[in-house]
Amino acid sequence: MGARHPPYLMATAERILTDEMVAAIQALLPRYPTRQAVTLPALHIVNNQLRHVPLAAVVEIAELLELAPAQVQDTLSFYGFFKQDAPHGRTRAWICRSLSCALRGSESLIEHAQQKLGIASGETTPDGRVTLEEAECLGGCDFAPCMLAGGQLHKNLDTAQLDRIIDTWE
Amino acid sequence: MATFEPVLLANVGRDDSHTRAVYESTGGYEALRRTLAEMSPADLTELVKASNLRGRGGAGFPTGVKWTFLPKDHPGPIYMCVNADESEPGTFNNRILMEEDPHQVIEGAILSCYATRATTAYIYLRYEYPGSYARLQAAIDECYAAGYLGKNILGSDFSLDMYLHRGAAAYICGEETGLIESLEGKRAWPRIKPPFPAVEGLFHKPTVINNVETMACVTHIARRGADWFKSIGTPADPNNPRDAGSYGPKLYCLSGHVNKPGCYEAPLGITCRELIDNFGGGVWKNRRAKAAVPGGISMGLLTADELDTPLDFSGPGRVGCLGLGTAAVVVLDETVSIVDFLHNSCRFFAHESCGQCTPCREGTAWSLRMLERMRAGRGRLADLDLLLEIGDSIGIMPGTTICGLADGAAWPIKNAIRKFRDEFEDFIRRTNPHGYDVTEPVPALVQLGGH
Ligand SMILES: Cc1cc2nc3c(=O)[nH]c(=O)nc-3n(C[C@H](O)[C@H](O)[C@H](O)COP(=O)(O)O)c2cc1C
Ligand code: SF4
Ligand code: FES
Repeated sequence: MGARHPPYLMATAERILTDEMVAAIQALLPRYPTRQAVTLPALHIVNNQLRHVPLAAVVEIAELLELAPAQVQDTLSFYGFFKQDAPHGRTRAWICRSLSCALRGSESLIEHAQQKLGIASGETTPDGRVTLEEAECLGGCDFAPCMLAGGQLHKNLDTAQLDRIIDTWE
Repeated sequence: MATFEPVLLANVGRDDSHTRAVYESTGGYEALRRTLAEMSPADLTELVKASNLRGRGGAGFPTGVKWTFLPKDHPGPIYMCVNADESEPGTFNNRILMEEDPHQVIEGAILSCYATRATTAYIYLRYEYPGSYARLQAAIDECYAAGYLGKNILGSDFSLDMYLHRGAAAYICGEETGLIESLEGKRAWPRIKPPFPAVEGLFHKPTVINNVETMACVTHIARRGADWFKSIGTPADPNNPRDAGSYGPKLYCLSGHVNKPGCYEAPLGITCRELIDNFGGGVWKNRRAKAAVPGGISMGLLTADELDTPLDFSGPGRVGCLGLGTAAVVVLDETVSIVDFLHNSCRFFAHESCGQCTPCREGTAWSLRMLERMRAGRGRLADLDLLLEIGDSIGIMPGTTICGLADGAAWPIKNAIRKFRDEFEDFIRRTNPHGYDVTEPVPALVQLGGH
């Protein structure tokens, strides 16, 4: 333990994790008997702020959790959730493609969103406004077809409603 | 059957049903108070055992029996994981419970921890449930403030901490040992069992894993007793000593081509048709059902002729489905192409396979590629037998994989092709008139330029 240099000893300008992120991650440590268990929560804390988790942040998280960077990277890369190369859009929209939504027209909803935004699924608009994702079942099948975006489940969508919702995103 | 009164959904629809005040006004936390004062952990375990409650997460394992697998007199800690990863397509009953009546779930979790002597509980919640996250966190905070969580709960010597832990959009985290690995901060690769989590689970300690709805059932068993619970549902078959019966109320999710999709509470054993007609208002657009998924897509398909199957723990298995699963019914009307259905299913499992077992990783990926080629008009009749070969050879049941995801991937393939073979053959002949009976290997779809 002693020989490692935690990131808070680095010059502030070089750090990716802010003091607030470090404090939020450290506040979770007492919840678990191992530091490694804080990996996913830490990734979420960073991702919530930066909209991605660049490799440099992985190294800092690893130092904080006393892990090898490869351990954090291994976990991160298992989940398709955390982007690494560039931040996702200011709004990240998941349109469900699983069975109940597909039966009620999600395929054309996804095509419509792709056309309107001019991007393929998984991509971000050049202005950084929106990232469009295809999701497996969002657990909102009673409101199929549905979309999760901006922390909200958008229910029983048709293309006109989808247009209106997309237009509200900044 | 006597008139059935919903209990799991009783508070849903009331104003502020998610708050402690409303929950307590309908008797909430009375069972906890009484149990801590009057019962030992062993008494409570016995009560749950006597109720014959079976887990609501998919496997239907008797809950009280599972608790007795924990080592006796273990120095601890013992952990509880509440499985709130709910990601099986078609399934949303845990979401309703967590959003509309989170205290019902938490009271059951506290009781279950008391019974199992667990001192820390983690609720593993799928990331895609922000509404559940907010409601559960608020409810946990209210419980700490009220002394239902924390040190010396309600003046007893029982202490418990409860934490919410969010996933990151991976279906496999719902498999109990995948959940454990994920919670430990690793990739969610399910573990080979044994050892079972009750013996060596989270952080190498004895661990209980139960579903959200199972927790809510524990609350009502503590409130109303085992006899009440056993008065509901399908009794055990007296001629089958291995049948544990299907007791209690159940939340059924209904979606797809019905007039009124939703989450409905009924006694275990309601038939699929009763659910569709009496609760769902029938198949939409005055159409007929072609098929229905009985319990999440992993379970396979009921044909229109099999809709009178009772949705209890043994019903779907009698018509070749994997089981009751999550009791999530998805209705396909007569216009649905069974090829499209299977493509959707194969895409899901190819996407969600964790990749550590070769038969599952390759089998799910190849079945998707074949379905994509078929849909692109390049299917061959020989593909159907190849798909069946995959279906018969991946999973715990044939003994080739570590976890049940592969069985869930196999069942829709086997059911769709065995129950709708004519439609597949017609489709292949019609869309690929010059190549349908080719039997030598064909290049991948990308090389055919079929996309
Ligand atoms: C691939 C796979 C996914 C699963 N997903 C879930 C899930 O999302 N929620 C759940 O409660 N159980 C899920 N299960 C079942 C769990 O492994 C476990 O049996 C269950 O959580 C035990 O709780 P119960 O006994 O209360 O049902 C899944 C199983 C498999 C094989
Ligand atoms: S069966 Fe599939 S999902 Fe389960 S452990 Fe093996 S590869 Fe992973
Ligand atoms: S299938 Fe789309 S939310 Fe479940």
